[in-house]
Amino acid sequence: MPTKLTYFFADLLTMVERNLVRYQRVPQLIVFSTIQPVMFLLLFTYVFGGAIRIGGGNYIDYLLPGILVQSAVFGAIATGIGLAEDLSKGIVDRFKSLPMARSAVLLGRTFADMMRNIFVIMLMFGVGYLVGFRLQGSLSDAAAAFALLLAFGFAFSWISGSIGMLVKNVETAQVAGFIWVFPLVFASSVFVPVQSMPEWLQVFAEWNPVTIMVNAARALLLQNVGEYETALYAWQSIGWIVVILLIFMPLAVYLYRRTN
Amino acid sequence: MANPAIVATNVRKSFGAIQALSGVDLTVERGTILGLLGPNGAGKTTLVRILTTLMKPDQGSASVHGYDVVAESDKVRGAIGLAGQYAAVDEILTGRENLIMVGRLYHHSIKDAAHRAHELLTEFDLLDAADRQLKTYSGGMRRRLDLAASLVNKPSVLFLDEPTSGLDPASRLALWKIIRALQERGTTVLLTTQYLEEADHLASTIVVIDKGTIVAKGTPSELKAKVGGDVVEMHIADLARTRETAEVLHSLGNGEPEVDDALGTVRIPVNDGTGTLPKVVRALDLAHITLVDLQLRRPTLDEAFLKLTGHRAEML
Repeated sequence: MPTKLTYFFADLLTMVERNLVRYQRVPQLIVFSTIQPVMFLLLFTYVFGGAIRIGGGNYIDYLLPGILVQSAVFGAIATGIGLAEDLSKGIVDRFKSLPMARSAVLLGRTFADMMRNIFVIMLMFGVGYLVGFRLQGSLSDAAAAFALLLAFGFAFSWISGSIGMLVKNVETAQVAGFIWVFPLVFASSVFVPVQSMPEWLQVFAEWNPVTIMVNAARALLLQNVGEYETALYAWQSIGWIVVILLIFMPLAVYLYRRTN
Repeated sequence: MANPAIVATNVRKSFGAIQALSGVDLTVERGTILGLLGPNGAGKTTLVRILTTLMKPDQGSASVHGYDVVAESDKVRGAIGLAGQYAAVDEILTGRENLIMVGRLYHHSIKDAAHRAHELLTEFDLLDAADRQLKTYSGGMRRRLDLAASLVNKPSVLFLDEPTSGLDPASRLALWKIIRALQERGTTVLLTTQYLEEADHLASTIVVIDKGTIVAKGTPSELKAKVGGDVVEMHIADLARTRETAEVLHSLGNGEPEVDDALGTVRIPVNDGTGTLPKVVRALDLAHITLVDLQLRRPTLDEAFLKLTGHRAEML
């Protein structure tokens, strides 16, 4: 006898598949979320990098963990755009009229975007290697960094999804996505050390979840700090991920139920 | 079998200060087509959204196929099909994939879902386009696929929200044919439309809704009768004899004849237009009154609508 839970997983699988097919048939969607980080990687490695003081080590080693976080966060914007598109096209009405698990619509979308991130992060890792990045930590630490990055992107997908359902319009979701993502990505330690910023900005940058995630990724990939700090950064990132999910999952579900 | 397919009792819904539905009562018998007729913004879509569980009523209750739309929404969803104003289908997927996806979300096995998809694609004449992405479909094809998607679970109650708006006449006729065939197979259909002609053509019962309230209800002919029924209208040759004509025919009508001496026209409201027409001719012949023109006028639903709501149906 199938239970509610087996139905839920069946619905989730159907929805993940539906969303993954989009990436396969409209590859621009992936290109959009990879070309920008690649450009930033090249731009900062070859153009700005020489002028940035990071206090020891190669700039590319410093930069790549940041770029990986940036890819995960930029990729999250697609979640909001995709949900806004579904809402504006009316397919959500179809889903709501079916005896399916309602949460499967949102989870299917965010899971599919997480799977896309697996591809994007590996690709960025590859490009990073081509321009001189070298892993200094162990493979198990790299795997931990990878898992954290996926979870981080997943959490951000829920922020973006909430925004997408709030604006309900693809173009607005696109613009709105950059408005909240840009300050988080640039006022962080992705490209430059936080200490180089004016003091008032340092306060924001230090607490910025992107900075904390970047610190954790750097610690795990580069072994640039001690074991204690590595664990601290990792737990801080997990803390942020949990906080974001606790706020934005219920919010997204609420917004989804409310849409008509 | 006796209980109705849809029952709504005092359903109210507001959006902020706007009252979309102010106490709607509705009963739809099994196996019939109910036409919900009203202008834009009358509350048709809101009512459909409540009955299909997309929205909760502020007050009142409704049941579909015997299930409460709020307390037993999942059971309602299993029993209904919904096709909306815009085709609620996935652009990126092919026609077949769309139908299979919907089948899977009804928790059919992949095999059953594929089988049903093929059945529907054949029935709706979409087999040639089945494996193409929807972006290559015409508007009519999209609507057909949308309707097919609403039939995946063989619903006992089908909701069609303005199913033919924006379609060309040929596609509209094709869709009408499909809707009739569904009803013949026992499906209950609730159809909203702003096209009076469409309600007249398809529905066994028409409910006219305006500003969130039901203003009239009946069969298409009953509604037309509300406007006064048929009218026999004639022109006579001798303008001086219009009064006499009216007197001669008075007993055949069901109300006061309307006379225009200047034009020589006489209009007589009648119950049975077709039956009265030969009697009119015979009576005038006996009285030696010469006719220039004689016609039977039936009120259109448009006129009925105007009379019932006090304004014309707004056409888009």
